[in-house]
Parts: sequence; C-alpha cells; structure tokens
Amino acid sequence: MRIAKTPEESRFISWVSFFAVLIFLGVVLLLDQLIKPTSSMYMLLTVLQKGSVYALAAVSMNLLNGYTGLFSLGHAGFMLIGAYTYAIFTIPSTSRDTVYQYYDAAVRFSFPEAFSKAMGPAGTALGVCVAVILAGLLAAFFAWLIGLPVLRLKSDYLAIATLGFAEIIRAVCQWQKLGPVTNGSNLLKSFARTSKFKVALGGMKLTLSTFVPVLIATLSVILIVKLINSTYGRAFKAIRDDEVAAEAMGVNLARHKMISFTVSSFFAGVAGAMMAMVLSIAQASNFKSAMTYEILLMVVLGGIGSTSGSVIGSFLFVAASEWWLRGLDSGSFLGIEAPNIFRNGFRLVVFSVIIMIVVLFFRQGIMGEREISDLILARRRKRKGASK
Amino acid sequence: MRKDRPCILRVEDVTMQFGGVVAVNNFSMEEYEGEIVAIIGPNGAGKTTAFNVITGVYAPTNGRVSFNGAPVIENFPRGKMKKAYLGENAGKYTRVMEPTPDRLTALGMARTFQNIRLWKSMTVFDNVLIAKHLKRTSNLFSATFGMNRAEEKQQREEADALIETVGLADVRDDLATSLPYGKQRRLEIARALATEPVLLLLDEPAAGMNPQETVELTRFIGEIRDSFHVSILLIEHHMDLVMDISERIYVLDFGSMIASGTPAEIQANEKVIDAYLGVTDDA
Repeated sequence: MRIAKTPEESRFISWVSFFAVLIFLGVVLLLDQLIKPTSSMYMLLTVLQKGSVYALAAVSMNLLNGYTGLFSLGHAGFMLIGAYTYAIFTIPSTSRDTVYQYYDAAVRFSFPEAFSKAMGPAGTALGVCVAVILAGLLAAFFAWLIGLPVLRLKSDYLAIATLGFAEIIRAVCQWQKLGPVTNGSNLLKSFARTSKFKVALGGMKLTLSTFVPVLIATLSVILIVKLINSTYGRAFKAIRDDEVAAEAMGVNLARHKMISFTVSSFFAGVAGAMMAMVLSIAQASNFKSAMTYEILLMVVLGGIGSTSGSVIGSFLFVAASEWWLRGLDSGSFLGIEAPNIFRNGFRLVVFSVIIMIVVLFFRQGIMGEREISDLILARRRKRKGASK
Repeated sequence: MRKDRPCILRVEDVTMQFGGVVAVNNFSMEEYEGEIVAIIGPNGAGKTTAFNVITGVYAPTNGRVSFNGAPVIENFPRGKMKKAYLGENAGKYTRVMEPTPDRLTALGMARTFQNIRLWKSMTVFDNVLIAKHLKRTSNLFSATFGMNRAEEKQQREEADALIETVGLADVRDDLATSLPYGKQRRLEIARALATEPVLLLLDEPAAGMNPQETVELTRFIGEIRDSFHVSILLIEHHMDLVMDISERIYVLDFGSMIASGTPAEIQANEKVIDAYLGVTDDA
C-alpha cells in the first residue's frame, strides 16, 4: 500500500529525490567520460542508454495502463512515429541522398542544420531538442486521432484495437508510396545520434552519448510523475478504480482518457526518438508488437501502478537480456564452459524461466503499487519511532 | 411542500423503455429548494432507473428533466423506439439533450450509489480530494508544472474540513475500503458533498445498515441538509428512515407513480399499502 504523507514528509521526499536525481546524472556524466568504447565495462553504458529508452517507454505505458486503467497495446506504433519523425528531421542534407537511395527525399529540412546555421554549435543541440519534442507531438497527434474512435472501447477490446492501429502505423510507414518521406521499408540512418554527442568545455571534450538519453528520460519521467501527483493524475486513478463513480463525481471520462492517452503517446514518441538516436538507425520492422509486449513485461515486472517499479523493471530487463545473460548465448556463463548447451537462443529460455518465476512469486511485480519514496518513508518513520 | 421556494428539480413525463419493457412510465415529480424528498416502491418498481435517468446514466426514452429552472435532459422516441414506444406523451417533447453524468455533476447534482462505489485503492482523504477535481481552474500544464499551488492547498484544506465535518477525521489516512460499512456510506456522502452540489441524490443510503446505524444516518442526513444547504432526493427501503426525514414521498409501482404526498398521507393511502406493504388477504 502507498503511504499517506504529511506535508513535512513530502517536502523531505522531494528534496531527497532532487539530490538523488542530481547525483545520478552526475555519475552518469562521469561514467560517460571514464568508460571508453573499447573497455569491457562499456556494456554498462549500453545498458544505461537502452535502459533509459525503455524506462521512459515503460513509465509512459504505465501512465495509461497502470494509472488510468486503459489497457492499450499501441505503444510500439507511437514509438515508431517518434523515431521516424526524429530521424527524418535530423538527417543532414549532405547524406540525405545516400539514405534515400531509391526515392527522391520529400523532406529536405534538418532541425540541427537549420539551427546551427543561425546559432552555431549550440543550435545543433537545440535542433535535436526540437526534433525530439516534435517527435512527441506528432505521436500525440496520431494518438488523438486514433483515440477518438478507440477510447470508447474498454479493456480487451481497447487492447486489440490499439494493437491493430500500431500495426497499421507500421505497415503505412513501410508503404512504397510513402517512400519519399519514410524511405519505404529501408532503414533511416546518418541522423543525429548519441554516439556523436560531444561538447567542448574549456579545452576538454565531454562525451555525452549516455548522458543525453539518460537526461531526456529523467526529465520526461519527472514530468510524468508530476502529472500523476497532480489533480489530473488523481482523476486518472479515479477512472481506473471506478469509472462510474468517477463520472458521477464530475470527471469527464472522454476528456480525461484522451488526455492520458495523448500524454502517454507523447512520451512514447519521445522514447522512440531516443531509441533512434541510441541505435543510430530507425527501421519500421523493429517496432513490431513484440516491442509493446516487452515494454508491458517491464511494467508488469516492476509493478503496475508504480513509476519507480517501471524504471527498475526496465533497467533490470535490459541489463539481464543485453548483458548479464549474454554468456548463455556464447558458450560460457558464470565460469561454466558448455558450448553445446549455451548457444544461440538458450538465453531466451533462461530469460523466460526467470520471468515466470518473478511473475509467480511477485504477483504484484517488484514494487507492487509502492514507490521508492514509500520505502524510504517507511524506514524513516521506523527510525523516528525508535528514537522517541 | 415548500412551493414558495424555487424549484430545484422538475421531472416531467419521464418514460424509460428498455426494448419492450417499460421500466419507468410517465413519471413526474418536483423538488423545491431545501426539501428532503423520497422515492419509494417495492423491488423492481423502477426507482433506481428513475434515479439513473435524473443523474444522466440513462437517457430517457421520452420526457424532460429540468434542474435549477433550466431543462437539462430531454428526449423523445426516436429511431427504432419511434415504433416500439409503449408510453404516453409521444409528441410532447421535440428536443434531444443527453448530458453525461459529469455534466450534471458540474451543474450541481451529486449522487451516491446503492452498492457503494468508493475508489478502492485510495485513502479516505484522497476519495474526497478527487471529488474536488471538478472545481479546478488549473489546466493540464499548470497542474503538471506545479503552478496551481494555491488551488491545490485550498482543495486539500476543503477536503480536510469536509472529512472533519462528517466525522471521519480519525480514519483520514485509512484505505476507503477498510472502513466499516456505515462509515463507507458516510464517506460516499462526503465525497458527493465535495463537488459542492445543490441537490444530493442518495440511492438507498441505509441499505445493509443495522437499526443503530440507520438512526445515526437519519440524523446525519438532516444535519447535512441544514449545514450544506442542499436539497435531498433519496430512494429508500427502510420505512422508518423515510417516514422520519422526508417531507414528501413519491411511490412507484411497476414503473408508474401510484401516489405522492406527505408521509402521513402516504401511510394512509390504500393503494400504497396494497402495493408496497402487500395486500392482506381477507382470511
């Protein structure tokens, strides 16, 4: 259960989380400088990069599925819109023709280029920011369009309809006729990507390839948490708990569901843009419904209705599948050499077993409905009680 | 009857037909400011259906509901219903107004439910606080970026004051569903009051209560009417409670109104005794 906080305690928690976030960002920035791509620890940075993409995707899905009680499975579709929007609007004009090798590129505009012409190097960063926000906005716009008919549906029907729309988005993106915009079923590349993010600071060159995605994810998650804790977030929870009662108490269902759906999709779009910049390619065939299920799994593992749970769940998921269990695919795991068993695909077997165990023994996910702040507060109360 | 006061709620010729079943037939009633009015009737008489029409859950098949002097709900038999309609006054209404329940709540109607519908995962305080969402002036952005501090603080204070008034201060931070039944009912009423209604609709507030709790509830409803200046419309099965607090009673049987009047008149009405209390066989 979540803990009801006193005003003093919520002040305490906001200070603690403020400093925790600062320290976390500082550490990431430091690691970014210390770990070189050739280092064996570079996997840690990869996990941080991909983990932050998935963390934002999971938190935004949780806003919809966990806090508003709308079981939607369209996340991959909105991430795709975000990824493509970001990619298309950051491809520099010099490499545009090589990217669109079979088509005549329709969008001949790149935000980083346009801004850097006007403002110098700072403009590049601004251009990337604008492209990310545009990615979110476009995803939100499509969510709004899809939401008009779809949000009248409930539970499983909503899930099926959103799943269908996500697949339609993917199919449309791969459509030959849209080739000049989306490059058809070919991948988009050469756009602004994190591996190129560097900033010169008084003679020193800072690498930002991990810091930037982590920063974007952190800021977005903070915004989502603020929304959840606001009066709108409370109305979302009311809809989740009892729609009829919420409506009778003056919560406009259509409006609030739409807000939740578009905001969730906005951040899905941002996560999609981040995914493009981290992977440095964008291809529609990556954004299959399997991606939605992966994100859903992270939400469930972390605990439906817990933001910190979603974040923890996604980092654990990414770390396990990309790093810790890697050895299961390549011959040696935990010092055991068994090339005949540990070969391609075995990792997925172990991974599925782990997930089953987690779901069986932590029915509520790792965090249940609690947040990290609830755990800290519970300890603090205990300590205070003991000292009295 | 307080006819000198303005009319809060006027229901005119409301018929609610589901398929071939007429659940409420040509029901009309008035409620004046500050009154406590009850709708009674045997099981299946159409009381809750009438309630759901008034609160916007169902759009009536025919008829009009006016609230605070202005029509808010109106409908006439259309489409398939045009031929299938079994009720009266078919040509009388020509407009279509089908507001959702939240619109009516915004206008000043608030209700409770027969089978308690509190928000289960939330505390008593949050249950009341959420009902304050209706009164917000902040939009999505100002709320997210914390630019509505003053409003947030005011809402919290108002919710706390309300919890204090209804006597739930000691369980403020408990889960709503962990409360005993009587207190859950009380919380539901507090939540409805948080929307600052002028008309409070109570759907069987004493259902499942023991005699002691019923007595307390009767007193509570009277207090609410006086301290919050609301009019109250209730559906009830407990005759003690109804006869005690209501000023006027409407009696439904098989969807039609068979009597209306003061408790004394209703108690003496032959038809009501037959329908509601059961016909005594001349054995």
